[in-house]
Amino acid sequence: MSVFNLTVNGRAHTVDVDPATPLLYVLSDDLALRGPKFGCGLGQCGACTVIVKGDAVRSCSVPVKAVAGAEITTLEGLGSPENLHPIQKAFVDEQAMQCGFCINGVIMTAKALVDRTPNPSDAQIRQALATVLCRCGAHVRMVAAIRKYAQERQTRRTA
Amino acid sequence: MTRSTSMTHDAQAALDAAGLTRRDFVRRSGLLIVAFSAARAAGDLGLVPDTLSAQGINGPGSPQLDAWLAIGADGRVTAYTGKCELGTGLYTAQTQLVAEELCVPIDRVRLIQCDTSMTPDQGTTSGAQSHPTNFNKANLALAGATAREALLQLGAKRLGMPVESLVAIDGTVRAKSDASKSVGYGDLIGGQKFNLMLNRAAARKPVSEWKVLGTSVPRLDFPAIVTGQFEYVHNVRVAGMAHGRVVRPPALGATLTAVDESSVQGLPGVLKVVVRKNWVGVVAEKPWQAEQAARQLKATWSAGTALPDQGTFHERLHSQTATRDALSVDSGDVEAKLASAAKVIKATYRHPYQMHASIATACAVADVKTDAATIYSATQAVYPLRSTMAMVLGLKPEGVRIIFRQGPGCYGVNGADAVSYDAALMSQAVGRPVRVQLARKDEMAWENYGPAYVIDERVGLDANGTIVCWDYQGWTLQRGNRPGGNAPGNVVSGMLAGFEPQMAQPRSPAPAPTGEFDNGNNTVPNSVTGCIGGMCGGTGTVASERVLSRTVASPFFTGPLRSPARLQNTFAHESFMDEIAASAKADPVAYRLRHLSDPRLRDVVTAAAGKAGWDARPSPRTGSRRTGVATGRGIACVLYEGDNGYCALVTEVEVNQDTGLVLVKRCVAAIDVGPVSNPNGLRNQLEGGLIHGMSRALREEVTWSGDRVTSIDWRTYRPWFVGDPVPVIESVIVNRPDAPATGAGETSITVTAASIGNAIFDATGARLRQLPFTPERVKAALAARG
Repeated sequence: MSVFNLTVNGRAHTVDVDPATPLLYVLSDDLALRGPKFGCGLGQCGACTVIVKGDAVRSCSVPVKAVAGAEITTLEGLGSPENLHPIQKAFVDEQAMQCGFCINGVIMTAKALVDRTPNPSDAQIRQALATVLCRCGAHVRMVAAIRKYAQERQTRRTA
Repeated sequence: MTRSTSMTHDAQAALDAAGLTRRDFVRRSGLLIVAFSAARAAGDLGLVPDTLSAQGINGPGSPQLDAWLAIGADGRVTAYTGKCELGTGLYTAQTQLVAEELCVPIDRVRLIQCDTSMTPDQGTTSGAQSHPTNFNKANLALAGATAREALLQLGAKRLGMPVESLVAIDGTVRAKSDASKSVGYGDLIGGQKFNLMLNRAAARKPVSEWKVLGTSVPRLDFPAIVTGQFEYVHNVRVAGMAHGRVVRPPALGATLTAVDESSVQGLPGVLKVVVRKNWVGVVAEKPWQAEQAARQLKATWSAGTALPDQGTFHERLHSQTATRDALSVDSGDVEAKLASAAKVIKATYRHPYQMHASIATACAVADVKTDAATIYSATQAVYPLRSTMAMVLGLKPEGVRIIFRQGPGCYGVNGADAVSYDAALMSQAVGRPVRVQLARKDEMAWENYGPAYVIDERVGLDANGTIVCWDYQGWTLQRGNRPGGNAPGNVVSGMLAGFEPQMAQPRSPAPAPTGEFDNGNNTVPNSVTGCIGGMCGGTGTVASERVLSRTVASPFFTGPLRSPARLQNTFAHESFMDEIAASAKADPVAYRLRHLSDPRLRDVVTAAAGKAGWDARPSPRTGSRRTGVATGRGIACVLYEGDNGYCALVTEVEVNQDTGLVLVKRCVAAIDVGPVSNPNGLRNQLEGGLIHGMSRALREEVTWSGDRVTSIDWRTYRPWFVGDPVPVIESVIVNRPDAPATGAGETSITVTAASIGNAIFDATGARLRQLPFTPERVKAALAARG
C-alpha cells in the first residue's frame, strides 16, 4: 500500500492503496464517484473514461500511481442536474441515450475532443468515438448531441 | 415515524413524502387477477410447471388499489410498479401514466419500482409486455382510474355536491362551475388507505383528453445520469460491504477437482475462498484485492467437454433427431399443395448464437444473514428471483428481499440473475454484505446466449405467382433459460452451485396444434392465415400452412435475447418472402401486400414505403455493375409476437462488391403500437432497435473452439461502436388511440436483418442466408451469383 495525492474535480484527496490499483477502482470505491464506470476492464469500451491533462483516459487501464498529482476530471466535475454543463445539456436536449451506462464514456471522450478541436468534422467525431461502445443503439442521437454542443460552443465563443 | 431498517433510502423517503408508515398491507391478497398475457417464454418444451413456458411473464399483480397507489398528506402520489426501468424509458412513461390518470402534475408523482417488500408481483419485465400489462385496462393504469374515481366520490361527499358536477384537476377535486369550491387529494385521503379493490368498470381517461401521457416528456432520469449522480446497481454501497470475484471454470463441462487456498493466503485484504460444488468465489476487503486473489487462486479443473465444430454447426443442428417438436399451425394439406404447385421454392436460413453483451458486466450487492437476505439486483424478475434465491441460500422465500436497481441495458436475461447468486453465496459465507461485479470474460463466456437457428422454408406458387402453401421447419437449441421460480441452474452460477439447468424433453412427432392460435415466437409467417380448428389469427391470406419447430440440447446456456426467436424467424420469413417475390418477378412491397390481410400490417408497409419514396420494381435492380459499390433497397415487416406491435422497415444499403463491406445508409420505419405514451421515447426505442439490429445483422456472432468460447471481449465479439457509420433514420408513427397499447422496444430490431439482406440482394443479386453478413459471407454470396 502507498499513499497517493489525487486532485479530482478540483478537490484534493489522499488515498492509501496498492500502487497498481486501476484509477477507476480508486475513483469508484475509495472516492465513491459514480460517473466513471466499469464496462470491460480492458480499455475497449470507454465506460470508465476520465479527463487527465486534457486527454480522455481509460481509467480502468491506468494504475493510480501513473496519475498521482495530476488534475483529474470526472463526469461529476462537469455539471450538476440543476446546473448542467453545456455538453450534458446537449445530451439531455437530444435525449441521446437509453440505459445511460455508456454515457460517461461518450460525453468525456467527446468533451476532450471538442476542447482540443473546437469545430470537429464528422470524421473527427467518428474517429474519437471509434472505440466507445453503446449497446442500446443511441448512436445517431449521440453524434447529433456532440455536433450541437460543438456548434453552440463556437457560437458562445464568438458571441 | 417508525423507520424500518430494511427500507432503502429511496423507499423510505417515498413513504415519508407520502406521510405513510410501513406499507405492510401492500401485497396481502387472497385473490388473483391474472394479467393478460399467457406465458411466452420458450414455447412448449415439456418442462416442469412453474418455470419457463409455464411461468407467466406478468405475475398476478394485485387486486388491491393500495398495492399500487398511495396519496400523502401533502397530496403527493406514490405509485408502485412491478415493471421496471431497463433503459427503455419505462420509468418516465409509467410516471406519465400515473400523473395522467390521477390528474396530478408529473412532478408530484413518485414511482417505486420492483421491490419484493414494496411492489406488486408483476413477474418479469420482459417480452415487450410492460405496455400491454400496465397501460391498458388493468394493473397500474386501472389503479389510476380507480383512484381518480374514488377521489371524485370522496370530493363529492366533502363538498356536498353531485359527482357529475366535479372534475379532478391538478391534484384537487373541484366544481366544474366554480373553481373556488375545491379540495386537495391530501385533504381527502392523505396518509390513509383507500381500502378498495381495483374497479374493472373504472374509466380510463380517453386519449383525446391526455395532457401528460402521449407527450414527449423528457426522460426523468437523464439529468442524474449525465451528471454521474444516478445510482445504478453498480453504485450501491452498504455499510460493512466486502467485495467478491468469481472464479469460473476454464472450459465448458469442466468440474472442480481441487482448490489450493494457500495460494492466496497472506494476500492483502483476502477474507475467504468460497466453494460450493463447482462454484468458486473469493472475497476481499477491496475490489482490486479480490480481483488479484481470484487471478492468483490455484484451482484445478477436470478437462472440458469438446464442443461441436463451429464451421459445420448448423448442418449438425439440422441433422439432430432427439428433438422437441411443436406445430404452431398445420392445415394438413401442405404436402399435397406443394406437389401440385406450378412452382416450388425453397431456401435455408442460418442464425448464429448471439449474446446480450451488456455494456457493463453484471453486478449485485447481497447481505445475507442467518434467516434473511437482502439483494440489490438488476434482475428483470424480482419475485421469481426471490424464489430461486431462497433455494440457493436454503432460506424461506419470505425471508428474502430482492430490490431492483437499474443495470446496463440487458436486452433479456444477461448476467443479472447469475451475479445475484454469486454475491449472495459469498455474503452467506462471510457473514457480511458483499458486492460482486463480473469480469468481462466471465460474463461473455457463460451468459445465456440467444440460440442459433436453422430454418427451412418452402412455398408452392400457382401459375400467377401467388403463394398457395407455406411450409416452415425450424431447428434451435436450448439449455437453461430464465431461472423462473424454481430453476436456479438455468444460469451459470446456479448450475455450478449444484442445480441442474432445465432441458427440453424430446418429443416426436409433434401433436396436432390445438387451442388458440399463438404466434408469440413469430414462428408463423406474415402471409398465412394462422388457422386452428377454424379460428384464424394470422395476418395473411395463404390457407395451406404448416409450421414445425424443433428444439435440441444446446452446448451453451440459452435464454431470451431481445426479440428472442421472433428475430430469427422473421429474418427467415421476410428474406424468403423477398426471394419469392423475386422469383415471381414482382415488386417486394406489392407482393407482400398481395398476401397480407391484416389492415394494420398493410398500413405500416404502405407508410414505410411511402415515406421512403419506394422505387416499385422487382429485385434485384437491373443494370448494376458487378464490381465496386452497388446500392439497393429492401423491406421487411412484422406483427411482433402476433399481437404486440406492427413495424415495417425500408433500408437502403451500399455494398462494396470488392471488399464485401455493407453500409446501411438510410432506414425508414413505420410503427404502430396503439396509443403512443411518449413519441420521442418511442422514436428512441425504434432507432435503438435499428442500430442494435444492424450490429447483430452485420457483426455479432458467438465463436468457440475446442472446449471453450472464444468471443470473450469487445475485440472478439465486436458490436457497432458509436463512431461506426450509422444510417439516417426516419420514422412514421401510426398513432391508434383506440387500439390497445402494445410493446415497442422489440419491433424494429425484429425486421432489421431481413430488410438489410433484402437490400443487399436488390443491390447485387446476391442472397445472404446466414447471419451475420460479414464481408467474407457477402463476398462468398457475390461469388456464388455465377
